[in-house]
Amino acid sequence: MPDLLIELFSEEIPARMQTRAGEDLKKRITDGLVEAGLTYAHAHALTTPRRLTLAVEGLLAESPTIREERKGPKVGAPEKAIEGFLRGAGISRDQLEERDTPKGAVYFATIEKPGRPAAEIVAEVLADTIRNFPWPKSMRWGSSSLRWVRPLHSILCILSDEAGAQVVPMEIDGITAGDTTEGHRFMAPGRFAVTGFEDYAAKLKRAFVVLSPEERAEHIWNDAQNMAFAAGLEVVEDKGLLAEVAGLVEWPVVLMGQIDDEFLDLPPEVLQTSMKEHQKFFSVRNPATGRIERFITVANRETTDNGATILAGNQKVLSARLADAKFFWENDLRVAKADITQWTRALENVTFHNKLGTQAQRIDRIAALARELATVTGADPDQAEKAARLAKADLSSEMVYEFPELQGLMGRYYIEAAGEDAAVAAVAQEHYSPLGPSDDVPTAPLSVTVALADKLDTLTGFWAIDEKPTGSKDPFALRRAALGVTRLILNNDLRMNLNRFFDAQLVRAEAASNEALHDEHVAELLDEIADHGVFGAAFRAVMEKLAGDEAGKHQVTDFLHLERKVPDTSEDLLTFFHDRLKVFLRDEGIRHDVIDACIAMDGNDDLNLLVKRARALNVVIATEDGENLVQGFKRANNILTQAEEKDGVEYSFGADLKFAETDSEKALFAALDQAQAKIAPALKAEDFPAAMAAMAALRGPIDAFFEDVQVNSDNAVLRRNRLNLLSQIRQICSSVADLTKIEG
Amino acid sequence: MTEPSSAPRSFQEIILRLQNYWASKGCAILQPYDMEVGAGTFHPATTLRALGSKPWAAAYVQPSRRPTDGRYGENPNRLQHYYQYQVLIKPSPPDLQELYLGSLQAIGIDMDLHDIRFVEDDWESPTLGAWGLGWEVWCDGMEVSQFTYFQQVGGHDCAPVSGELTYGLERLAMYVLGIDHVMDMPFNDPQSPSPLTYGDIFKQTEEEYARWNFDVANTEVLLRHFEEAEEECAAILSQENVDPKTGKRIIMAHPAYDQCIKASHIFNLLDARGVISVTERQAYIGRVRALAKQCADAFVQTEAAGFEA
Repeated sequence: MPDLLIELFSEEIPARMQTRAGEDLKKRITDGLVEAGLTYAHAHALTTPRRLTLAVEGLLAESPTIREERKGPKVGAPEKAIEGFLRGAGISRDQLEERDTPKGAVYFATIEKPGRPAAEIVAEVLADTIRNFPWPKSMRWGSSSLRWVRPLHSILCILSDEAGAQVVPMEIDGITAGDTTEGHRFMAPGRFAVTGFEDYAAKLKRAFVVLSPEERAEHIWNDAQNMAFAAGLEVVEDKGLLAEVAGLVEWPVVLMGQIDDEFLDLPPEVLQTSMKEHQKFFSVRNPATGRIERFITVANRETTDNGATILAGNQKVLSARLADAKFFWENDLRVAKADITQWTRALENVTFHNKLGTQAQRIDRIAALARELATVTGADPDQAEKAARLAKADLSSEMVYEFPELQGLMGRYYIEAAGEDAAVAAVAQEHYSPLGPSDDVPTAPLSVTVALADKLDTLTGFWAIDEKPTGSKDPFALRRAALGVTRLILNNDLRMNLNRFFDAQLVRAEAASNEALHDEHVAELLDEIADHGVFGAAFRAVMEKLAGDEAGKHQVTDFLHLERKVPDTSEDLLTFFHDRLKVFLRDEGIRHDVIDACIAMDGNDDLNLLVKRARALNVVIATEDGENLVQGFKRANNILTQAEEKDGVEYSFGADLKFAETDSEKALFAALDQAQAKIAPALKAEDFPAAMAAMAALRGPIDAFFEDVQVNSDNAVLRRNRLNLLSQIRQICSSVADLTKIEG
Repeated sequence: MTEPSSAPRSFQEIILRLQNYWASKGCAILQPYDMEVGAGTFHPATTLRALGSKPWAAAYVQPSRRPTDGRYGENPNRLQHYYQYQVLIKPSPPDLQELYLGSLQAIGIDMDLHDIRFVEDDWESPTLGAWGLGWEVWCDGMEVSQFTYFQQVGGHDCAPVSGELTYGLERLAMYVLGIDHVMDMPFNDPQSPSPLTYGDIFKQTEEEYARWNFDVANTEVLLRHFEEAEEECAAILSQENVDPKTGKRIIMAHPAYDQCIKASHIFNLLDARGVISVTERQAYIGRVRALAKQCADAFVQTEAAGFEA
């Protein structure tokens, strides 16, 4: 069985695309081969900056012959039908076979599709793969119509077995497949022929090409660590950078260089970012001091001076870069120390979103919300407002302009340099957190406050202008923001009713996009929301004032618009939070119907309360008692609902023990009294496990009741009393959670 | 590959060697375009000639202006006026990378001692409505050139595709000559009777222009000029294809494109004066792009683009 070797040799492939391209090559080729009937034993792909290589072992030499049997017309059928069948099957009359079937004699045809040689199939599959390769970005070149990531120069495609290697005849857009390749661009130029994968890999290594990206990465990492270790230092690990650098070289040569003394006092993150982003250098740290003192660069070749020229050049470029960074750092520090608020003012000229105003306006909104949130986070309101106003100041700094990924971190340095509290400075860095589901959640009250305000403002702002996530599109990372708010609330055990803050911030966002809403009246409305906690009451209070006031009258329409919009938008946003919460709690093993049962309860905008209830319900529902209780509850509820519908009354009058006939009926009376006595105080104390346990304890008495008692008795008095008893079950259980939402 | 050549001694020697090298490879050595541009790409020999079916090969030095980069001649690497060396070959030859590496050897870079790398860099010019794929070329970690296969210009697909090489001459020369501050770089041969440095020629002008660009340029006049250029461009392109006087088919793509260049440079000046807000910025870029697109539309209708009536 032959082996197949394919190499697509091109101009330099972007490092970030290589791994994926190797996988795509392997998948497309092997899928195509298998589909055409060519199975294989093993396949692996390898990539370098200039080549995609695929080695397939143990390929079938030809695809198997396929025999297909077709049933035709009956013997004696009209001539036309028989001729049509022959045409369709592509055989002649004498090849027909007559067979007896239960329906009489029928013609049968056996069609044989002969196998095809591997070379033919490979040529087709390869041409198809090249023409339809899923590069993230591809291009044309010269006068060619072919598309590839960069100009494709040659194709090596051979099938080899004991007898030797054979070029697969194929041609695509003027490039004819052959059995040759090239070595390292500078160290071993020129083409050579190969006979199979082992020969290819060995000859490439002699021609200064390490074919395997893993081998190159490993080599780089080992050499880098050894070099650093020999100098008493350590390399800062960076897997992403390692993979990228391994994709930039065919023959990695690791060199370690010095950072000029004058730059060693720059913040280590600045050194690291500058070296990584601009130069793709690894940082080398002094483990004793934590300072970055040297760098590692990876060249693509050996030189007669052992890399001295290369290192000197790199060092020079780095110095120029760091001179820039130092210039930014010192300038920024000067500005920060003189008056850091000028950076915030400069944000008046920076648009956040054309419908949501400038960054400065956004900061005003965040600061106002942070003040209000301080009451629930336990932060000092003045500090919270101040921290919120400074948290994004660094967006105006030169360093962050140059390195956007340092936002927040630089703010922390600069705010501290401006003489502010360390806690205020920390807000700049921490208020962006948590970024992802596994990112750390801030715990310092000030940071928590501003982090919440920042995210809630983002969410309400985009909700106000109807830019919500749809399907896979979430350009403003709103799902992440909602998850961030949720984790901030849960991890810090915060109690807050989101609706109130949604309303306030939606009003602020509306005011940003609607100039007709006068600031003073918006402020009144916000004050009222803060006092009443609900939009409706606050709104009525302001409307009354406006209507009675000559100057305010013309604004009534604009405020009516607010009344129409804010509560609905707020409700919609809360639903979005609930949906995100379901996704979040699913990982905890909490069923979505359990969450629905809790969302249906009052106070569902208090996420902490909601989650506590859901966790307790999830536990109880997994027990046998819990499961059966739900059934009992549903039975009671169904009987009751039907009766209520039929009779047109509500049975909530209360049952009377004196009409109880059986023991189990009496026992249920007692059990409900006991449960009530436990559940009410437990709910008041938000001790959901205790409330749920008391509820689950009803399972036995309820089951026994249904076992012994006929609710719909002929005696009207008994029936009414029993229905009232069921109503008590419903009322007690429903105070804990809406069990009608539980599935099953 | 050719043998490495001896070390050049001055800025101008590097330019001369590039000129000779690309002349020897068959390029027409053009002169700079006589208008203010932000980069060599704006020269019609690149922007317009990258369009259409006719083969093309040109190389030239282009003085370029980026008003916001002015640093009064104090920054060792940043200038508001600098030189680019530009090569455009259509269709891009299969050995363009080799040709390019040959040019580095021609200016004295020894391939056996240096580490040359092609690092992904997708080029896009929002003002020209143009994009291409290619690399920035690194020599020992320093970017010495941009290497681009043009895919689209002025909204038109390039077919055939042009290969474009852009060398930042000052930076490249400083590296080759081992100079740390651009103003210290010998412009002519330091052994000549009257040796001149880059600073002797440009230090004062950098100061003058930096002051004018940042603080003095009359923004009202500039805004007016921008609008006028825009109007003139439209007016030119609205003319009939056939000239009523000569009776010939004369589409004035180049005069129209001059107005586009003008608008683009005025936009850069306004930007340096800090009178363009972030939101307006996009709008201005869009307006220049619209001009570039109309000029490209006109050029592809001309003989130089291979149009046959």
